Amino acid sequence: MTDAAPPGAGLGKDLVGLEGLTGDQIRTILDTAEPFKEISERRIKKVPVLRGKTIVNLFFEPSTRTRISFEFAEKRLSADTVNISATGSSVQKGETLVDTARTLEAMRIDMVVMRHGSSGAARFLADRIPSNVINGGDGQHEHPTQALLDLLTLRDRFGELDGLKVCIVGDILHSRVARSNIWGLLKVGAEVAVCGPRTLIPLGIEELGVSVFGRVEEAIEWSDALYVLRLQLERMKAGFIPSVREYNRVFGVSAERLERAKEALVVLHPGPMNRGVEIDSDVADGPRSVILPQVTNGVAVRMAVLYLLAGGRPDAAEAAKQGET
Amino acid sequence: MLDPSRDVDGIGDLLVVDGRIEAAGGTLQGPDGCEMQDASGLVVAPGLVDLHVHFREPGGEHKETIATGARAAAAGGFTTVWTMPNTDPPIDDPAAVGFVRAEGERAGGARVMPIGAASVGLSGERMTEVGEMVAAGAVAVSDDGHPIWNAGLLRRLLEYTQTFGIPVLQHSEVRELAGFGVMNEGKVSTALGLRGQPNAAEAAMVARDIQLAELTGGHLHVCHVSARQTVEQLRLARERGLRVTSEVTPHHLALTETAVRGYRTEAKMNPPLRTEEDREAVRRALVDGVIDVIATDHAPHHYEEKEREFDDAPFGIVGLETALGLAMCELVEPGHLSLAGLVDRMSCSPARIMGIDAGTLRPGSPADIVLFDPGERWTVEPEAFLSRSRNTPFRGRELTGRVHVTLVGGVERYRRRAPDEAA
Repeated sequence: MTDAAPPGAGLGKDLVGLEGLTGDQIRTILDTAEPFKEISERRIKKVPVLRGKTIVNLFFEPSTRTRISFEFAEKRLSADTVNISATGSSVQKGETLVDTARTLEAMRIDMVVMRHGSSGAARFLADRIPSNVINGGDGQHEHPTQALLDLLTLRDRFGELDGLKVCIVGDILHSRVARSNIWGLLKVGAEVAVCGPRTLIPLGIEELGVSVFGRVEEAIEWSDALYVLRLQLERMKAGFIPSVREYNRVFGVSAERLERAKEALVVLHPGPMNRGVEIDSDVADGPRSVILPQVTNGVAVRMAVLYLLAGGRPDAAEAAKQGET
Repeated sequence: MLDPSRDVDGIGDLLVVDGRIEAAGGTLQGPDGCEMQDASGLVVAPGLVDLHVHFREPGGEHKETIATGARAAAAGGFTTVWTMPNTDPPIDDPAAVGFVRAEGERAGGARVMPIGAASVGLSGERMTEVGEMVAAGAVAVSDDGHPIWNAGLLRRLLEYTQTFGIPVLQHSEVRELAGFGVMNEGKVSTALGLRGQPNAAEAAMVARDIQLAELTGGHLHVCHVSARQTVEQLRLARERGLRVTSEVTPHHLALTETAVRGYRTEAKMNPPLRTEEDREAVRRALVDGVIDVIATDHAPHHYEEKEREFDDAPFGIVGLETALGLAMCELVEPGHLSLAGLVDRMSCSPARIMGIDAGTLRPGSPADIVLFDPGERWTVEPEAFLSRSRNTPFRGRELTGRVHVTLVGGVERYRRRAPDEAA
């Protein structure tokens, strides 16, 4: 590791959310991700950047893709990783989050990636342990690495994020992905709108600097990129929408609706998809979809975040990757 | 000497005999061998009255007992406190009311007056034995912590309590609107990803309850007003001459929802901290007399219970030992209210609206007296609280106005030790 570098290029100890970052810091992370993309394309997908570092993936909520993406990122950087899920751990025996944190700390770990059902849980942990904390999604608050991989995917496609028009469609109220994307996109100069049933649009969203579309047709005409969120089926049971069928009829993103879109419009989705609910298969698998590139970029962005928080210098990422530590 | 109940504001002597005020004002000559207390430089005022505190006994003694709460109250300048019945088990029968009374008398702090539960087990279903509880010493009924959501039950309570001349204290919240909200609903809850409670959850319940107060002629007291729309409802009730009174907490006068940022559980309370507009509206309403009194909603919680995820932490903050200083800073220093106006809202007015023998230095009244220095600046150190709990968002805040001595029935129940005596 390069010594005497400002830790994480000024990111601070943790990555809790994008709300607290500047546009420059976000661009630094995206730039740092660029050289890491290539590692996953090699035959031997491993570099010694985080050799000797211990990382705990602490997942209090079920997650497949985020956990696996982090794990690949960690392993390809040669870190030692331990996965802890809430099921079968001491958490189920009533241990408090603060005790879990202290216990891990006592084992002398370097970093924690945490997914937790309560908004603010990542901040809570970060304030109480000296290890680096990376938020892998906290309640309905933020999911910063998801938004970073989304930004990277949009930048790959459009070259420039400044002035890009992005509309997030779906359940904004309960979505940490939406919040992180709103902050991230606004900070790098994009225009952001949201669209969905008013029951799933939180009060005061306009005050964050976001415009609201009531009809998905209008959102599609306006957008350069459409970010389709997963509709949690339990929202119907909780009375936010009358039925999934109606949701698809009014807000579903279909090929037919996209006929009115700009030529270059792309469609993103954080996964996992409910095909035929918020997004139709011909869109998900069609030429406008960048859903799989999002997944690929997830590993590179997470490598960049791990590298920077571990104290790596953004301008040394290429060299570090070559093993010149 | 400051006694807004008799428009007294000047320098004078006060003579207490056998726990009652014998004479107040001018130069007085006490009987031979009478004890002298020099209060020069201090304000002598009727002891403060708090209509809304939670002492956690029985069931939550690790947070507060009646004894620690009563002493914390005296340290805050309070001589009378009304305790809410949402303990475990709740105070919903005469024996439980008698227990709180007896523990309060043993405590040697402020006078402790129990509020009985409005419904059995605070379940909102069946009326408690209001008359039996009054006979045992209850001064009001409430299900605070929960709303009396059943309009039919509230109607009957507002009717039935009239026999005993006691008010119904309502925690106003439409549960279907408040949902599982943990803070105010708006820009900050949206940014933090926390579930919010809209102003309408409070104001809609108050609007409904005012109709019931009009229907029945009963005395409805609206607890901890937080929303500007609630103030509008209370103004209408006042214009119509209804028996509707209300209170505001020091924290709703001092803070807004932004205090929650950083997921600070010490700023989690119900009703939640609102916006600057709401804060100004409740302050103006208190100044105008639309809101009658300041009440603390003193809600102690143990450190560990607050030291956790925001969603899982309990609602509430302690307030008895910071109330006077906060009110001085928020109301008197900026010129919204005179010192006499403040003493009125914290002492005379609560006594007057509830018809209790307090809040005055009139000869013949109980000698419940507070001596405080209105100009003394001090910094909030929760470790120095007499309360058993430390859950306050005001740690480190500099306040103006400090209690020096509190007398209850002429007996000294609190005296601030000078710093050199502190050890």
